[in-house]
Amino acid sequence: MVSASNVVKFFGKKKVVQDVSIQVEKGKITSLIGPNGAGKSTLLSIVSRLITSDEGEVRIDELDVAKCRGSELAKKVSILKQANHMTLKLTVRELVSFGRFPYSQGKLTAEDERYVDEAIDYMQLTDLQHTYLDELSGGQKQRAFLAMVIAQDTEYILLDEPLNNLDMKHAVQMMKVLRRLVDELGKTVVIVIHDINFASCYSDNIIAMKNGRVIREGTVNDIIKPSVLKEIYDMDINIEDVNENKICVYYA
Amino acid sequence: MKKRYLASALVLFAVGSLFVGVSSISPMDLLDLSEEQFHVLWNSRLPRLMSILLAGAGMSVCGLIMQQLSRNKFVSPTTAGTMDSARLGVLVSLMLFTSASPLVKMSIAFLFALLGTFIFMKILDRIKFKDVIFVPLVGLMFGNIISSITTFFAYERDLIQNMSAWMQGDFSLIVTGRYELMFLSIPFMIAAYIFANKFTIAGMGEDFAVSLGLKYRTVVNTGLILVAFVASSVLLTVGMIPFLGLIIPNIVSIYQGDNLKKNLPHTAMLGALFVLVCDILGRVIIYPYELPINLTVGVLGSGIFAWLLIRRRSREA
Repeated sequence: MVSASNVVKFFGKKKVVQDVSIQVEKGKITSLIGPNGAGKSTLLSIVSRLITSDEGEVRIDELDVAKCRGSELAKKVSILKQANHMTLKLTVRELVSFGRFPYSQGKLTAEDERYVDEAIDYMQLTDLQHTYLDELSGGQKQRAFLAMVIAQDTEYILLDEPLNNLDMKHAVQMMKVLRRLVDELGKTVVIVIHDINFASCYSDNIIAMKNGRVIREGTVNDIIKPSVLKEIYDMDINIEDVNENKICVYYA
Repeated sequence: MKKRYLASALVLFAVGSLFVGVSSISPMDLLDLSEEQFHVLWNSRLPRLMSILLAGAGMSVCGLIMQQLSRNKFVSPTTAGTMDSARLGVLVSLMLFTSASPLVKMSIAFLFALLGTFIFMKILDRIKFKDVIFVPLVGLMFGNIISSITTFFAYERDLIQNMSAWMQGDFSLIVTGRYELMFLSIPFMIAAYIFANKFTIAGMGEDFAVSLGLKYRTVVNTGLILVAFVASSVLLTVGMIPFLGLIIPNIVSIYQGDNLKKNLPHTAMLGALFVLVCDILGRVIIYPYELPINLTVGVLGSGIFAWLLIRRRSREA
C-alpha cells in the first residue's frame, strides 16, 4: 500500500501541496484528478521520490521513501513522466533493457532477457524492437516507455498524464493496457489524468485535488456525481449512463 | 561501420605512421636498424603515435560523456569551458610554483577543469531555454571569459609565450619523457566504460534515472571527474585540439545511436583514427615541414561540423 501522510511542498513561497494524506489501495487503478495547478503531478513526484517533500512522509509497503535506498525502491515503484523530450537515440529493445537496470546493473542475465522479451511482447512491439525511438510515432513511443516500466517489474506503477499527445485510439489502448496490468498481473497503478471520462471508465478509485489539497476521495461511483464534480471543477457537469459507464458531458 | 574495420584501419595507419617523417625509416629497415634509426623510432615516432592515439581517443570519449550528461549534442570540452579552465589551472600552477613538475601542473589543471565544467553544468541547470545551439554558445562564452582571465594574468606575469604552448595542439614536440602523463588517462577511460550504462541512463534525464534507482548527481559528478582528468592530461601534453570531442561522438551517434556501452569503443577508435589521419596528412602535405595538428583537424573538423549542423537543421525542418 502507498500512503502519504501530511505531505507539504513549497515551490518558492507558494504552497503547492498542502497537508495531503492519501492511501492508495493495492491491486487497483487510482486516478488523481483536478483542475490545473491542483498539485497532482507534484504529489505523484513526491510519492515516487523524484522530488522531496518539505514536510510529511510517504511510505510504500512500510518503506519510508525519503530514507530508503534508491536502488531498492526502484524494484518496488516506477514512475513515468511525460517523456516526449527524451532525445536519446536508443532502440526500443535497448530502452526496455534499461528497465532491468535495478536488478542487473546493466549486465543482463537470461532471466532479465526473458523479462525484456515479455515486456516487448506485452506491448506488441516485437516487430519494432530494433527500431530507434526517434523513428516511432507518439503512440508507439509511449508504448515503448511503458514496456520499459513493465520490464522494471515493480508492484507500483505511477504515470503522469500517460495519455498526453495520444489520439483517441491510442489513448483507449493505453488505458486498456493499464487495466490489464492491474487485472492480469496484479499491479497497482496510479495515474494523473485530465480526461475525466477516462478516469471514470477505467479506474477503481479517484482522488480529487484542488489548490494543493485533497478535497474528495473514493470509488468512481462516489466521485462521478454532479454535486462532487461541481465542487472540484466549478462547473455544471451532466452525467449519463452509457453501457454501464458513467460519462460526463460538459462540452456545452 | 563494423568495429573490426575500424580496428584494422587504426592498426594500419598506426603502423604506417611510424614510417612517415624526415629521417627515413622503412619497414625493411626494422630487421637491421641503425642506432640512430632505433633512437628516432623509439624516442620520437612511437611516443608521438601513442600520444596521438590517447589524445584522439581521450578527447572523443570526453565529448561523448559530456554530450550524454548535458543532454546536448554540441557540448564538448572545448565548448563548455573545460579546456579553458584547465589552461587557467596551468597558469595558476606556473604563477604559484615557478618550476612546477608536470604532475603538479596537471593536478591543478585537473581541479580547475573540474570546477569549470561543474560551473558550466550549474549554469545549464539554471537556463530555462535549452536550445541545442544556445547551450554550446553559452559554453563558448563561458570559456572565453575564463580564457580572458588567463590572458590577463599571463600578460601581467609575462607568461604569454609560455601559455600559448598550451593553446595549440602539437604532436611534433612529443618525445620520450614528455608525454607519459597521458598514460594516466587510460584507467579513467576504462572507468568510463564501466560506468557507461549509468551515463546512458543519466542521459535519459533525471526523472528516468531516479526511477531506475540511479544516484543521478553522483553519476553526473563521476562523469565530470573523468572528463576533467582526461581533458587536462591531454591539454598538458599535447595542447588543445578543437572540434574533436564534438564531431567524433556525433558521427558515431548517427550510425549507431546513443547507447554508451556500445558507442565508447567506436568513439575511442574513431577519434584516435581521425587524429592519426590528420597528423599523417599534416606531416606529408608540405613535407619536410609540418602543418600543425590544429590546422588539419580544424579544416577537416569544421567541414564535418558544418555538415552535421546542416543535416540536423534539415531534419528538423
